[in-house]
Amino acid sequence: MAEVSLQGEQRVFMTGNEVVAWAAVAAKVDIMYGYPITPQNEIMHYWTRLAPKYGKRFLQTEDEISAGFTMLGGVMTGRKAFTATAGPGNVLMQESCVMAEMMRLPAVYVIQQRGGPSTATVIYAQQETQLTCFGGNGEGHRIVFSTSTHQELFDYTLKAFNAAWTYRFPSFVLGDGYQAKMREPLTIYEAAARGVDLVPTTPLVGEAKPGQFKHLRNTYNTEDELYEVVMANQRDWDAMAPKVVEWKDMHCQDADVVFICHGVVARAAVGAVEELRAQGKKVGLFRPITVRPFPDKQLADAVKNAKKVIVAESAYGQFLKMVDLALCGSKVERVPVLRPGIGITTEELVEEYNKL
Amino acid sequence: MQEVRENNVLQPAMPKCWNEETKPHKFCPGCGHGMILKALGEAIDELGIQEKVVFGCDIGCSLLSWDFFACDSVQTHHGRTTPVITGMKRANPDIIGIAYMGDGGGYAIGSQHLFNAAVRNEKMTIILCNNCNYGMTGGQMAPTTLPGMKTETSPYGRDVEQTGYPTKGPEMVAAVAPEGAYVARGTVANIRQLKGFIKKALENQLAGNGISFVECLSSCPTNWRTNAKQTWEFVEKDMAQYFKVGELRTPQAKEGK
Amino acid sequence: MAKVIKIALAGEGGQGVQSIAEILAEAANEEGKNALYIPNFGVEQRGGVSIAYVQISDGAIGAPKFVKADILIPLSPRAVKRTKMHAGKDTVYIYDNSLVQEAEVNDNVVGMQYFDVTPPCPTADEANRDMQQDMIAGEPKTCSFTKPGPGVDPADIPENVKKVIACPANDIAKNELHPRVFNIIILGAIIAATEVLPLDTIKNALEIKLGDKFKANPQLRDMNFKALDRGYELIKSAM
Repeated sequence: MAEVSLQGEQRVFMTGNEVVAWAAVAAKVDIMYGYPITPQNEIMHYWTRLAPKYGKRFLQTEDEISAGFTMLGGVMTGRKAFTATAGPGNVLMQESCVMAEMMRLPAVYVIQQRGGPSTATVIYAQQETQLTCFGGNGEGHRIVFSTSTHQELFDYTLKAFNAAWTYRFPSFVLGDGYQAKMREPLTIYEAAARGVDLVPTTPLVGEAKPGQFKHLRNTYNTEDELYEVVMANQRDWDAMAPKVVEWKDMHCQDADVVFICHGVVARAAVGAVEELRAQGKKVGLFRPITVRPFPDKQLADAVKNAKKVIVAESAYGQFLKMVDLALCGSKVERVPVLRPGIGITTEELVEEYNKL
Repeated sequence: MQEVRENNVLQPAMPKCWNEETKPHKFCPGCGHGMILKALGEAIDELGIQEKVVFGCDIGCSLLSWDFFACDSVQTHHGRTTPVITGMKRANPDIIGIAYMGDGGGYAIGSQHLFNAAVRNEKMTIILCNNCNYGMTGGQMAPTTLPGMKTETSPYGRDVEQTGYPTKGPEMVAAVAPEGAYVARGTVANIRQLKGFIKKALENQLAGNGISFVECLSSCPTNWRTNAKQTWEFVEKDMAQYFKVGELRTPQAKEGK
Repeated sequence: MAKVIKIALAGEGGQGVQSIAEILAEAANEEGKNALYIPNFGVEQRGGVSIAYVQISDGAIGAPKFVKADILIPLSPRAVKRTKMHAGKDTVYIYDNSLVQEAEVNDNVVGMQYFDVTPPCPTADEANRDMQQDMIAGEPKTCSFTKPGPGVDPADIPENVKKVIACPANDIAKNELHPRVFNIIILGAIIAATEVLPLDTIKNALEIKLGDKFKANPQLRDMNFKALDRGYELIKSAM
């Protein structure tokens, strides 16, 4: 079977879901587990078309609970595996996410957010930000990349696999329905062509040597026993956070007003900043790429000279909470633009600025 | 069976694949889990597959078996052992995947996984301990609680009008699994037969025929609040009367074999 | 900051607006421009209006959707009503003034969430015959409405836009060409209104998209190119 499908690099024009499938090919993923839900379906559609050509596999499970747990089984055997979901499927998958947190499993989830709560719309939202970062009965030891362009969708899907296998925390690519369904150009590439090293995988179980057996534990008998484990994870998390945290800023140094957004909404803010700067307005943009771990120090630093910040998101305050926490103690005035389940355009952000 | 003498007392030997460091085990006195796991251990020994086994245990009393064997093992979540082992076997078909669970894990919270693994004929072995109640959480009604049986959540006896009849798991699996499946119900009251069923179930996985599922009728004197005599009577008479012991599905011998 | 041209197309399921939006965006990409295309998708239902958003620029493109379009093209009476919010003072407004009415979308597409699945032609004898079978290798499916009706109510046409152009694409397709090339006339109209791409680029894109069909039936190529030219000239003369 052919191992590599992608050779060199190639400029393409495709949907975000297709981008994710190609990124998984570039990451040399062995198997995808999935269950149908809009708007992520085409990740499975493209993967099931690509996978057999390269000796890769797919399992359609009975629900998202199973998609999450079969994926955990897959990574435990040292195979690169992932799943993708959205909305109510993301809710069901949280059970497997916390097991991955606790047992330090290199799980990768691609989330294409849709409108909530409940079934709501199949279209778009940023209402799974808190769920993806903190859903479940744990401390949210997860790496969450919030992408904004198709190029990032490719780059960070690749990165999510590397992060998962390097740090053994579950890693998430937080996209949305718009990114899933829109088409725009990007360059897809073979990892080696860009000097990206793919982190090697190792089996956690299933290749035992006589007398050396592994017992992966998930249940603890006493409070102290659990405390030790969680604290060890927390220490690893704290040591890792500065290495994986990513953000982008734009004209923050001299800005009076800074837009703070994540994901696809940041695209609108880029447009707004360019338009307003062209009119001589002192505006900037700060955008966390990792919403978990959150670039809190970097954000506080970026807005230290600003008078106001406009926090815009397609949810009612899920991202704002993270920003508020990071800016705790700062006097900068927060102007929230909260639009649950609906897109935010450049024009609307310019208008919000003009209202100040 | 091998026997050794220790302190002048005749003792049956532990299966080789048992993890000696974790013995004596953690189950209550009179619990059936230890007997099922002994039958399983002997089957693993006889097939010589100790290094290839990945043993997954569910939540409930079955979780206490997480370090029971000197085999790779993993604890999962309640009901989720079937998908975890499914995922492993799909990713690495060379392992021998064993999912070990109770009746709650298999027939209630994880029933969709059991049903669909059977429909897909996953090449794995599922061993399910049926003791008619949720043991670890303190003896609540389970899918397998017998009609009229008293539990913490059916204190006046299971009312079948309100709560339905006990789940017949092997019958369900046998009904939906395609050709190649092995399905049986054994009992801790006949350990020789149970071990035979479990061994056949593992052989069926080794042959790559399809799913193999063995339900084991087991005892829970702690929650049943029974003495030794009553416990055995319940397993041998009451349970066996409702849950028929025997093989429900065996794979057809392939031509030329 | 490079100018971004914003185009919104809206029509009934089966009119092929998503197909031409995709061809347009792909052609722009081939031309080395930045292009972004996003369909509105959701739970398909009776009377659903399908909207396609396309943006083309020499520079970066911001949010995938926008409020006010530079070119707004509603292709059915219902689409005219549904897209009012996208009409602004800088909008060139092109609508179909043929005397037709939209047919009901067949029940069996209710619940589909895959935007590439073009709902079946509402007027076809067998509703499902027009459905795309393969999601990747599928060809764009389109048809015009041949059911006579009152057409667009003039009162629904927004005022205070830059320019309003009526284009009887439906009638032209039906009377002069073929109902199936209705959307290609519209594609020609968009090129004329925006001049964002040379007409030849679109012809190349059609060649890539429908090459196999063209090979099997060269008449199809002529008809598509004729439709493209017809739409282009129609708007060019009106601009």
